[in-house]
Amino acid sequence: MSLSRTFVVPLAVLLLLHFVVVLAGFIAPYDPATQFRDHPFAPPTRIHFFDSRGGFHLRPLVYLWKSNGEFAKYEADTTRTAPLRFFLSGDTYSVLGVFHSSLHLFGVDEPAHVFILGSDGYGRDQFSRFLFGGQISLFSGLLAAGLSLGLGLLLGSAAGYHGGLLDALLMRTTEAFAALPWLYLLLALRAFLPLHMSPAQTFLLLIAVIGMLGWGRAARLVRGIVLSAKERNYVVAARGFGATEWYLLRRHVLPQTRGVILTQAAILIPQYILAEITLSFLGLGVAEPVASWGNMLSALQQYSVLTSYWWMILPGLLLVTVLLRYYILAQSLELRVESSPY
Amino acid sequence: MRYLFHRVVQAVVVLVAISILSFVLLHLAPGEFFSEIRLNPQISLASVDALRAQYGLDRSLPAQYGLWVRSALKGDFGYSFAYNRPVSSLIWPRVRNTLLLNTVALTLSWLFALLLGAWAAARPGGWEDRLSAVGTSTLFVVPDLMFALAFLMVAVRTRWFPAGGMMSLDMTGATTSSQLRDLSAHLFLPVLTIGLGTFPVLYRHVRSAMAEALASPFVRAARGYGLRRNQVLFRQALPAVANPLISLLGISFGLLLSTSLLVEIVFSWPGLGPILLESILGRDIYVIVGIVIVSAALAIIGNLFADVLLYWNDPRIRAEWR
Repeated sequence: MSLSRTFVVPLAVLLLLHFVVVLAGFIAPYDPATQFRDHPFAPPTRIHFFDSRGGFHLRPLVYLWKSNGEFAKYEADTTRTAPLRFFLSGDTYSVLGVFHSSLHLFGVDEPAHVFILGSDGYGRDQFSRFLFGGQISLFSGLLAAGLSLGLGLLLGSAAGYHGGLLDALLMRTTEAFAALPWLYLLLALRAFLPLHMSPAQTFLLLIAVIGMLGWGRAARLVRGIVLSAKERNYVVAARGFGATEWYLLRRHVLPQTRGVILTQAAILIPQYILAEITLSFLGLGVAEPVASWGNMLSALQQYSVLTSYWWMILPGLLLVTVLLRYYILAQSLELRVESSPY
Repeated sequence: MRYLFHRVVQAVVVLVAISILSFVLLHLAPGEFFSEIRLNPQISLASVDALRAQYGLDRSLPAQYGLWVRSALKGDFGYSFAYNRPVSSLIWPRVRNTLLLNTVALTLSWLFALLLGAWAAARPGGWEDRLSAVGTSTLFVVPDLMFALAFLMVAVRTRWFPAGGMMSLDMTGATTSSQLRDLSAHLFLPVLTIGLGTFPVLYRHVRSAMAEALASPFVRAARGYGLRRNQVLFRQALPAVANPLISLLGISFGLLLSTSLLVEIVFSWPGLGPILLESILGRDIYVIVGIVIVSAALAIIGNLFADVLLYWNDPRIRAEWR
């Protein structure tokens, strides 16, 4: 296995995905909360280069849906087409809360709609919701993992460096908590927060709650490395030359934890993405109409959705491919850490 | 026995810590069960206050904790506001159902992990080994939630399996054998989901532990003696590498309970999961505290069991604690 296949490729894919998700407003054709009440559960829109008479169009077109009056039953109306338009103006959005615009990468003019991944029960575009939901799901995983690893690094190096009572206390605590069912703890912690909060507040508190649960393993690993690193000859020598403890920690000890921290990040991030998805799926995460991959999947708890609208499961399949990239990345990092000289 | 005593004390300390922690956190939480009743114009504020006093909610936090501990020692674990019943009477039947689901899933996933792990480890680098590596990695990547939803989809579409619950409605007067058949039909998909969620983790550890053991000289000696392959695998190699696996068994209880929580909700299995969700949404705090403690206790008991097994399996630990 070459390095590029197991490390660079998944990393590049993930970076691209995060970039796309940040630019969700531009790439998605609609606002995630825009409802087309006359188009509930519309199947994914097919994009045609050939019209019904076989004529070729360089600019692809979509057919309008023809409803025969029954709920969520559609037929393509081959007589009415709409060309796919690029860089058109639509719903306003902001990128990272600073840059405001209403320019969209693609879309179609009313009364046609383009639902690449279909639409949900309120007639909201699943593709737009998936991109905006990624902002919540991907970044809560990323930030919560950052919090966890930060705590792990801090507590682990303190325990490893000082030893004594602090060390014993921290290690017993992580040991005790490692055995407990984490999802029960997560729900219990969630129970302590108010049920109804603004989306931004929920997002930050979810990150705090999820991030607080998982620092144990990272702390233990960091502690182990710090314990062995501080006894190394060059560290002892540097101390002999009068280096301060802070300098030693920063210059010689903590850099050695880099491999472990990166590996843990690749393991923790997907777990935390799933934790957010689980909470939102159960209705304890970000609330509608804000999209998260979790609350998109929770529509599948209705049997009618499971039987009739197969495209509602597409976000879940896309989620699996994201998790797969993280998995490959973690494996590759693990191999590199194992084969590194430390 | 000092070993076991030490472990039990540790477990009790953890449980008490969790009870205090969850108690404090839940009382700091804004909103309570009665805040919605308070909004109802047909109920006077005085009667809401009387209700709160009846449940002891008007007292100080330490006093409330004292009341709760007394109630817990009596075996009630406080009162549910929503059901107006002792928490224990509410959650015991559900603990039983959760345990039933998890014991079956645990047994099956360990059985398969041991068999397949040993099988793959005995053929390192062979196509069987590589195939199982790819298969288990795939299972590992797909989240439990997606398995649960996919199986629910199969159940709802094909009607081969019941799509949730634990018993069919017409089963109350049926014979024991048909009741058992009905129960196993309901168990099948939840057990499969939990099993598929846990199996890859177990498999990977079993495979690497066995591979390590099989590479060591004593196994070659045993083979040289003419012992049969299965005998070498399960009588010689397995006990030698059992320690990390037994520790994993202890941890796997907690892992399993977490998976099971979600699966129970998706398949509406009447276990601890659905009622925990319900009590969180309803702010029924004593039920939340009760369930968190019971789930922690279950995981800790699983760990204790693993510790005893470790003590029994490894003479070095026995010597250390004698």
